[in-house]
Amino acid sequence: MDAVTVPTSAPVPSLEVSGLAFAYPDGHQALFGVDFAIGRGERVALLGPNGAGKTTLVLHLNGILGGGTGTVTVAGLPVGKRHMAEIRQKVGIVFQDPDDQLFMPTVREDVAFGPAAAGLKGPELERRVRTALERVGMQDFADRPPHHLSFGQRRRVAVATVLAMEPEILVLDEPSSNLDPASRRELADILRSLDVTVLMVTHDLPYALELCPRSLILSDGVIAADGPTGELLSDEALMRAHRLELPFGFDPRSVTAGAQPSR
Amino acid sequence: MGAGHAHRLYRQGNSPVHTLPPHTKLAAAFAFVVVVVSTPRQAMWAFALYAVLLAAVATVARVPAGFLLKRLLIEIPFVAFAVLMPFVAQGERVDVLGMSLSVGGLWGAWNVLAKGTLGVAASVLLASTTELRELLLGLQRLKLPPLLVQIASFMIRYGDVITDEMRRMRIARESRGFEARGVRHWGVLAKSAGALFIRSYERGERVHLAMVSRGYAGSMPVIDEVSASRAQWSSALALPCAALVVCLLGWML
Repeated sequence: MDAVTVPTSAPVPSLEVSGLAFAYPDGHQALFGVDFAIGRGERVALLGPNGAGKTTLVLHLNGILGGGTGTVTVAGLPVGKRHMAEIRQKVGIVFQDPDDQLFMPTVREDVAFGPAAAGLKGPELERRVRTALERVGMQDFADRPPHHLSFGQRRRVAVATVLAMEPEILVLDEPSSNLDPASRRELADILRSLDVTVLMVTHDLPYALELCPRSLILSDGVIAADGPTGELLSDEALMRAHRLELPFGFDPRSVTAGAQPSR
Repeated sequence: MGAGHAHRLYRQGNSPVHTLPPHTKLAAAFAFVVVVVSTPRQAMWAFALYAVLLAAVATVARVPAGFLLKRLLIEIPFVAFAVLMPFVAQGERVDVLGMSLSVGGLWGAWNVLAKGTLGVAASVLLASTTELRELLLGLQRLKLPPLLVQIASFMIRYGDVITDEMRRMRIARESRGFEARGVRHWGVLAKSAGALFIRSYERGERVHLAMVSRGYAGSMPVIDEVSASRAQWSSALALPCAALVVCLLGWML
C-alpha cells in the first residue's frame, strides 16, 4: 500500500472535527477530545471496539447530540442550531437497522422524505428519487413497502434515502452488518461508484480495507490512530491494544486488491 | 407484488371506482352512511333501494358479490347484540313461532341490522377499491389532524415488523421448551409482552432519530398531492346524492 495522500490542498474539507468532547447527562464521558478532518471525496473507515464512542461521534456529526466542547464543521459550516436544516441535508447518516431508517409505507415515499422535508416538490422531487434509486440499483422497487424487501435491498434503499438529499458526506453505521456475502459485495460496488465523501463506521476490518484507503481508530473516546488502512491493520500491537481483531486466516498484507489511495 | 403487499380487503383493479381520488371516495362513503343512518326505520323499501345502490357501485367497481358478502361477515359480533333485542326489550309483545317477542325490540333489531349492514357494506366497498396508503393520503387531504395520519401510517409500516418480532420471541420461548398452559404461565407471557413494548418503544426512538436526521421538524412533508376534478367529485358523490333522494322520500311517504 502506498502512503495515503490526504488532499490537504482542498480548500474546505468535507468534515472537520476538533477538540470534540462529550459526556452523557448521566455522567458517562464518551468522547475525550476528538480531532480529525476528512477531505472532499475521501473514503475513510472509523474503526473501534464496542463502546469506543463511535455512535456518539456519529450523532454529533449532524447535531443530534451536542452541548459538549469542541466543534464539528461540515463543508465549512459549523454544526449548531443556526444551520441545523442545512447540516442535516449535508450529512447523510445511514443507520445500522434499515427498519429504523425506512419508516414510510413505500420505498418511493421514503426516498422522497428527506428532499420533501427540505421543500422540494413536483418533477424535481421525482427526479431526485429516481436518480437516488438508480444509483443503488433499486429503481424497480419504488412502489414496494420496505418490509417486503430482502435485508440487503433494504440496506441499499436506506443508502438511497440519504443520497436523495445530495449530501456532502455519507456516514454509514456498520454498513456490512447482517449482509450475506453477495449483498456485501453489491453494497461495496455501489459505495465505490458514488462520488461523495464517505465515513464508514465498522468493525468489519476486511470491508474497511476493501473500501477505504484511510482509517481512523477511535478508542476510549480519542482518535488513537489515523493512517492508511493496510498499515493500521498490519500493525499487530496497535490492533491488539484496541481490541480490533482480524478474521481467522485473514492477512491484510496479502491483500493486493484493497482500496487505492484517494484521487 | 409479493404476498401481503396489499391488505386483505383490497382487490386490485382499475375500474372507474378504483381510479377515483381517495378523498372523494372517503367523503362519499361517509355521506352515504350518514344518510342511511338518518333514514326512518319504518321505510323498509328505502333500505332495499340503498342495497340496490351499493350493488350498482359494486358492479361498476367489478367487485364480485361473493367477495363482498364474505367480508360482510365481520359485522357478526356487532349484530349479535341486535338479535337479543327482541327478547329483552320491554313493551308490546307479539307471538312469532311460539316465542313472545317485543315489537319495539324487533324494530330496534331491524334498525341496527339494516343500517349496520349497509354501513359495513359501504366500508368494505371503499376498502376493496382503495389501497390503505391511498386512504391515508385521502384522510390527510380531508384535513384530518396530521398527527393521527402519521400514527396510522406508522402502524401500517411497523405492524408487520412488530408481529415478526413477536413471532421470533415466541419461537425463542418454545425452543427452550416453554409452552403456555394455563394461568401459571401467564407471567411469562406478560413479561414477553412487556419486553415487546420496550423494544417497540426503543425502535420508536431510533426511528425518530432517523427522521430528525433527514430533516423532520414536526410535520410530514407532502410527497403526493392528491387532487380531484369536478367530474371526479360528482361521480363520487352520485352515490350519497341518490341515497339522499331515497332518504327524503322515506321521510315524506
